[in-house]
Amino acid sequence: MSKEIKLLKGNEAIAEAAIRCGCDAYFGYPITPQSEIIEYLAAEDPYNKRTGMLVLQAESEVAAINMVYGAACTGKKAMTSSSSPGMSLKQEGISYLAGAELPCLIVNVARGGPGLGTIQPSQADYFQTVKGGGHGDYNMIVLAPYTVQEQYDFVKLGFDLAFKYTNPVMILSDGAIGQMMEKVTLSEQLPRETPDHEWTAKGKPTNRERHYITSLYLQSEVMEQKNLQLQAKYSEIRANEVRYEEIQTEDADYLLVAYGISARIARKVVQLARAEGIKVGILRPITLWPFPSARLKELAQQVKGMLTIEMSAGQMIEDVRLAVEGAVPVKHYGRMGGIIATPTEVFINFKKLFIE
Amino acid sequence: MKTEELLIAGFGGQGVLSMGKILAYAGVMQGKEVAWMPSYGPEMRGGTANVTVMISDAPIDSPVVTHFDTVIVLNQQSLDKFENAVKPGGRLFYDSNGLKTLPTRKDINIYHIPATEKAAELGTTKVFNIMVLGGYLKIVPVVSVEFVEQGLYKSLPERAHKLIPLNIEAFHNGASIVEVIQELQ
Amino acid sequence: MEIDVEQYKKDLLAQGAEVVFSKTKNLTDTPFSYCGGCGHGVAHRLIMEVIEEMGITDKTIGVAPVGCAVIAYEFWNIDAVQAAHGRASAVATGIKRTNPEKFVFAYQGDGDLAAIGTAETVHTCNRGENIAIFFINNGIYGMTGGQMAPTSLIGMPSSTAPYGRNPDMHGYPLSLTNLLAQLPGTYYITRQAVNTAANVRKCKKAIRQAFENQKLKKGVSLVEIVTNCNSGWKMTARQANKWLEENMLSQYPLGDIKVPKTDN
Repeated sequence: MSKEIKLLKGNEAIAEAAIRCGCDAYFGYPITPQSEIIEYLAAEDPYNKRTGMLVLQAESEVAAINMVYGAACTGKKAMTSSSSPGMSLKQEGISYLAGAELPCLIVNVARGGPGLGTIQPSQADYFQTVKGGGHGDYNMIVLAPYTVQEQYDFVKLGFDLAFKYTNPVMILSDGAIGQMMEKVTLSEQLPRETPDHEWTAKGKPTNRERHYITSLYLQSEVMEQKNLQLQAKYSEIRANEVRYEEIQTEDADYLLVAYGISARIARKVVQLARAEGIKVGILRPITLWPFPSARLKELAQQVKGMLTIEMSAGQMIEDVRLAVEGAVPVKHYGRMGGIIATPTEVFINFKKLFIE
Repeated sequence: MKTEELLIAGFGGQGVLSMGKILAYAGVMQGKEVAWMPSYGPEMRGGTANVTVMISDAPIDSPVVTHFDTVIVLNQQSLDKFENAVKPGGRLFYDSNGLKTLPTRKDINIYHIPATEKAAELGTTKVFNIMVLGGYLKIVPVVSVEFVEQGLYKSLPERAHKLIPLNIEAFHNGASIVEVIQELQ
Repeated sequence: MEIDVEQYKKDLLAQGAEVVFSKTKNLTDTPFSYCGGCGHGVAHRLIMEVIEEMGITDKTIGVAPVGCAVIAYEFWNIDAVQAAHGRASAVATGIKRTNPEKFVFAYQGDGDLAAIGTAETVHTCNRGENIAIFFINNGIYGMTGGQMAPTSLIGMPSSTAPYGRNPDMHGYPLSLTNLLAQLPGTYYITRQAVNTAANVRKCKKAIRQAFENQKLKKGVSLVEIVTNCNSGWKMTARQANKWLEENMLSQYPLGDIKVPKTDN
């Protein structure tokens, strides 16, 4: 059968993907530039017209993430989305979800900060997303889409990973990818079903022990064991789930490291550079956690320098530097305040930093 | 075909974003790669709105560029802001209605689409933007007319489908009124 | 000397003793570690009994708060979920909305429900979620060591208002329950206590009503239970019970606040 292709905004792609992958519930609170997610879901009305998926506008981001927590306790596929200031509010809930080892999908269509900031796109939530954000030793799997198609695809991938590791998964997008339209090849509608996961709290039958879902371990020794178990899980994720894309790295003398909308800019920069005979390639982390550190370390043996392109003061650059362990110079170019650096601008600055 | 990098700029309410969407959808229907990138936020509330549309046979790299193959300006602010964003040898389209000044560059192709006047004359101001689209595609045929019709079906809500014949008529009207002001040899 | 309770029971039964009362299976065998005189143990028992009596254990999910009842998992022998401080009703919403056939209740203290969780409480009630909320009001933060609660009485000393609650400084005792009764999303709101045997019986009826109401899908049922916190109040259990009757119950009078209209 012919493929179903639609022109969708990045935010709409998230919403449509949620319905099609059999998501049970979306809880959210409006905030620019991601409100199209809940608006699209509300208009589609999947609860009555499509799959029975629940769409509920909560009174706050705090409430929304806790509703996700409740639904996740029963094994349901639940998700929420927000943008940067709202994501700060969700951090408490994310820490609890990680501590209680609950699967869920969280989408951040990031905007500029700090504070109320701007509604224009930004990548300044990298630290918050991959270094914790909430309290305690935990990690989330973080997927960074750079096309509207990936916005769509990563919803199902995100849920699959969340349930595989019983861990929250975040899609870290940005206002540019969220607002732009591109064509999307849609997938088949999957059934909305709740497999009988062993760990859920759905009411205690007489033939099993009660299930209690918690992140509370009052005895230090027990808490430490819980932490060690979590760390073992994170090690397994680091070993199995690193994802990245390489573009023209085979003969590259310089490497651009960028994710999300910045990686789109980087693709054009590669063309500009190669037109002038400078061999530039790209490593695009698809998972920001776990980070493709090992591959970056290998590439550090090949290239003369690396440039991170980020819409921030330079956050991911710390992970790149940790990965290459000083083997090559690692520099940053980026704009803040919601400004997307243009390819020409990046190329000029690349040359200033590495060539001239 | 190489990538067509187009910027459409005007007032919010002139149908700038939806014109871009119809064009992008026409591109999709014709099997091309497209990207549609709007300005968004409070500036859209009655202020200026602009959208970048890219149409290509190959996957689109950066949807953000500094200079465009084509710029369509529909108000004075947009002309002031974006005349210099046309690549040398590129194209600038304008509707003179409401303009106090006209484009001055000598190194670009310049076209005039008197769509406001024509739409008012026909009593169809609602399809003003489609008229502009018709004028643009007459000069820069990045997508075929048949796909524009399909694009209309895809991007307009069903309740507006009865207006599609009117849109098609406006599209052809736009193609017939576009004037060459300056063409490079 | 350690007594082997199980052996002792067997011996008694062997001697012809008759069982006249037994603990509900919905409580674990772990002895309550709440302070002697505290109402939490009684409230736990009543809720767990009702769930057993209604035969809905396999369909019930409890949500535990932060506060003294953070250790409810030691005692509730049912499926349950620990919520972050104040978020119990949002968590309960998430459970109930995705599992409408289940019975869901949130168990919250005064700090949890009426201070840090005010927004979640109000909006859960305003949406008319088909859940039960059990609200333990003892006018103080027991677990963290006796700090002022939103429900602390005027003049009542606590570790964060050691010279007594002063309205100029600290505001007034908050009766959120009465406010919630104004919302169309609440179906049944009552204030009970467990300080006397008669009140315990009334309270159990109210709890039963709250669970029965869930079948009707008409909104929130909230049972406030006014209890003492003799440790936090720095009193003996007996003094605390007297103080409760003389002070708490005049600020928080017992009785139904909102009852369902009877359908004829």
